[in-house]
Amino acid sequence: MSKLKVATVWLDGCSGCHMSFLDMDERLLKLAELIDIVYSPIVDAKVFPDEVDIALVEGAVASVDDEAKIKKVRAHSKMLIAMGDCAVAGNVPSMRNPIGPEKILDRAYIENASAQQQIPCVVVPKLLKIVRPIHEFVTVDVFLPGCPPSADTFYTALTALVTGAPLDISALTRFGA
Amino acid sequence: MGVKTLIIDGQELSARAGQTILEVARENDINIPTLCHLEGLSNVGACRLCLVEIKGSNKLLPACVANIHEGMEVVTNSERLKKHRRVILELLFAERNHICAVCVSNGHCELQALAQEQGLTHINLPYRNPALTVDASHERFTVDHNRCILCMRCVRACAEIEGAHIWDVMGRGIDSIVITDLHEEWGSSACTRCGKCVQCCPTGALFDKSKIGSDHPKYPDFLPYLNLMREAR
Repeated sequence: MSKLKVATVWLDGCSGCHMSFLDMDERLLKLAELIDIVYSPIVDAKVFPDEVDIALVEGAVASVDDEAKIKKVRAHSKMLIAMGDCAVAGNVPSMRNPIGPEKILDRAYIENASAQQQIPCVVVPKLLKIVRPIHEFVTVDVFLPGCPPSADTFYTALTALVTGAPLDISALTRFGA
Repeated sequence: MGVKTLIIDGQELSARAGQTILEVARENDINIPTLCHLEGLSNVGACRLCLVEIKGSNKLLPACVANIHEGMEVVTNSERLKKHRRVILELLFAERNHICAVCVSNGHCELQALAQEQGLTHINLPYRNPALTVDASHERFTVDHNRCILCMRCVRACAEIEGAHIWDVMGRGIDSIVITDLHEEWGSSACTRCGKCVQCCPTGALFDKSKIGSDHPKYPDFLPYLNLMREAR
């Protein structure tokens, strides 16, 4: 069997899910017999490949950039996994939703800035009004809640998905796990 | 007291007249999920998680307030009921701002545990993201309306057990919130500081200020004992 091509993507999240992914430690070697990581914040590739088998997405959709990325990822992935509570439910990034982006930017770049008070408008992407989970933008095939999902959850879930074994996600993890 | 016989999930059971379906089910180790029900408080049938099917009726009944009768046939776990329960939980999650990862009750929350038990891995409804307040004016406790599911356990515990009736509900429908006194700050209300409401709260809406992180298990098990001791007097 040829190895499955796996990508991991980082939207509005803290990278904790990627850290937890790395926490699989030596089991990453076992997993590497089944999969190739072809795109990820932790590998060199800069462009999302034309076709991947499984895409793991960390983070909520918070900016126009995130929205474009998730749509591109969906278009080029056979299976899309929402990895962690931010991707699954919005989580901490969505705590700004009742307040709105204007007040948040003002607080961060004007009120609390001691020098050069200005709201960035170039290079950094424009924030969306509301931070939302990824399934509100694209179809998601598998939801892995947790903040972050544990390394055991990653290993069990990925092994099951790659080999086609049955997978009971609620037995592995939950919101806030 | 008459003995009634009934069937729950195919099991033939006997029960006392006047018992609720939930009581009989729990006595026989049949799990019916609940949120607003709490042993020791009156039942209000508010959360609708305990809805069950009754053979011969197309109405679903809340097991916590529906009394048993002779020959009743109850189904507690059909695919239809499971679907309804998941939607009820989704509505609760979407209605306010439940961020499990940063909640004092993470790992000890009945809403979170039920979501896991019912196999809910995501919320299919758009989140409402309402702007809600936190009242930390009380010297010992805090109420965070973002996490309240309006089960009204606090209202019942305060009125029925403590006898103070500080808690009540203000507003209608989706705009309802629990309030202390006539919408005074909790800290300047007539609260007796007994803390029963905090122990009864199924989520992190009411919590003890002395607890940090997510180390806040709650112990409402004292309620039935308190009632028992009072009845014995």
